[in-house]
Amino acid sequence: MSAGAPERLVAVPVRHYGRWVSAVAVLAGLAAVVYAFSQAEIDYGTTGEFFTADNIVRGAGRTLLISVLAQAIGIALGVVFAVMRLSKNPVTSTVSWCYIWLFRGTPVLVQLLIWYNLALVFPTMFGHPTSDLMTPFVAALLGLGINEGAYMAEIVRAGIASVDEGQTEASQALGMTQGQTLRRVVLPQAMRVIIPPTGNEFINMLKTSSLAYTIQYGELLLSAVSVYTRNLQVIELLFTVSLWYLVLTSVFSIGQYYLERRFARGALRDLPATPLSRVLANLRGGPRI
Amino acid sequence: MSGLMVLAENVHKSFGRVEVLKGIDLEVRRGEVCCLLGPSGSGKSTFLRCINHLEKVDAGRLSVDGKLVGYRQQGDKLYELKERETAQARSEIGMVFQRFNLFPHMTALGNVVEAPIRVKGESKSAAADRARALLDRVGLADKVDAYPAQLSGGQQQRVAIARALAMQPKLMLFDEPTSALDPELVGDVLDVMRGLAEDGMTMVVVTHEMGFAREVGDTVVFMDGGVVVEQGDPKSVINNPQEERTKAFLGKVL
Repeated sequence: MSAGAPERLVAVPVRHYGRWVSAVAVLAGLAAVVYAFSQAEIDYGTTGEFFTADNIVRGAGRTLLISVLAQAIGIALGVVFAVMRLSKNPVTSTVSWCYIWLFRGTPVLVQLLIWYNLALVFPTMFGHPTSDLMTPFVAALLGLGINEGAYMAEIVRAGIASVDEGQTEASQALGMTQGQTLRRVVLPQAMRVIIPPTGNEFINMLKTSSLAYTIQYGELLLSAVSVYTRNLQVIELLFTVSLWYLVLTSVFSIGQYYLERRFARGALRDLPATPLSRVLANLRGGPRI
Repeated sequence: MSGLMVLAENVHKSFGRVEVLKGIDLEVRRGEVCCLLGPSGSGKSTFLRCINHLEKVDAGRLSVDGKLVGYRQQGDKLYELKERETAQARSEIGMVFQRFNLFPHMTALGNVVEAPIRVKGESKSAAADRARALLDRVGLADKVDAYPAQLSGGQQQRVAIARALAMQPKLMLFDEPTSALDPELVGDVLDVMRGLAEDGMTMVVVTHEMGFAREVGDTVVFMDGGVVVEQGDPKSVINNPQEERTKAFLGKVL
């Protein structure tokens, strides 16, 4: 050892002065925006007050209802059309391709308007006036659900394609039929790939359902519009609506986390601890996880 | 009851323009262990997969226990059977894959009970009892609730064997069952297969384990280029091959 070698060398990390500068700049910009909105002529009391108003809550309930039902239709159609698309029968796979092409290639707002105005070209359906059948609710449900089916078909198809060929072979070698193989072996594994984008789709659906406002379905946005056309507190009510959308999307983001965990069974050796179980473990004073 | 379990007559199979099987004739007797040897690309795995109709043959006839698999014969033509009938025939033939192909979303027990419940309609409790006994037999009584990802390759392959046995097959097909395993795990799997052979199970085994073929095999079949080059008693074929191609292959692997 040379005479000048110190006992312990201390490493000094490089200093990032640029980070301080950019942090200050970003905070300053943020402060300016907050200040502008605090000085604006917005009555935040109204925003909070209407958050729990009956008709707004009812509107939020309808937004949730139409989103859940339309997404359910979308998932059901998605599975059917994905299986058709993967079928060896050229007719079914072409029909599926056309469905996806048509409903993914046109704006959902246009589709909603078409469903709602169907009475113009089919005055009666199943012996009833079409205008009686095609209520705003039904038109919104069909428009959103069938449009979603096209996106879900692609998601489900990608999920099925991600499952190893050997799984199908093993299942068939055991004497299971194609249907049993799909239901018991392929789809449960495809779920792991299907669920994350489906969660995104549902969160999109919560927000896209606001388009149903244009065909007079009384969801969250229409409820707010009907209030602000009377009291003229437009931005206040739009903020109320935004808050509701944030609450809904946040709740379902948490739900998605737990759903993904459930379908990760078998893919990971040990499931990671949930945030809740981590908090509980720390409260009990056990080892930190 | 005829003594033949597998009878292959002039089996042909092509993938696109490549002819993989160029007329295979083979007989496997009941209770016999037949080992298929040969270089990769010789068609031995393809032939094995034809036996349970995972691959469709182009020409020729393959029967298991006197029944055609996947086809019925009418005159001089073979008509492919409906999916359900093929599934029924397959349920009597167990298959073990090189890469295990366990169902990763089910526990070891779930893997083993799946087909007996779904295909044979066994009750859940009866299937679970038999599955536990089978997992015990392959030395995995303590891994009943483990998922495949929590098991070593050798353990996974033994679960896969138990899964195939749960269907009480009359014939077991093994497609290079130890090729994907670490060397120290091969022995456990071969021990299980040896035990099966001693119990009188009819087995067709595609393998590179010359020691296993020599000790356990009743016959070995050497394939190359889509044809059977040489077959017979393991000791004479492996120790004293007659054909040049067999000699060249054995010279490389032994």
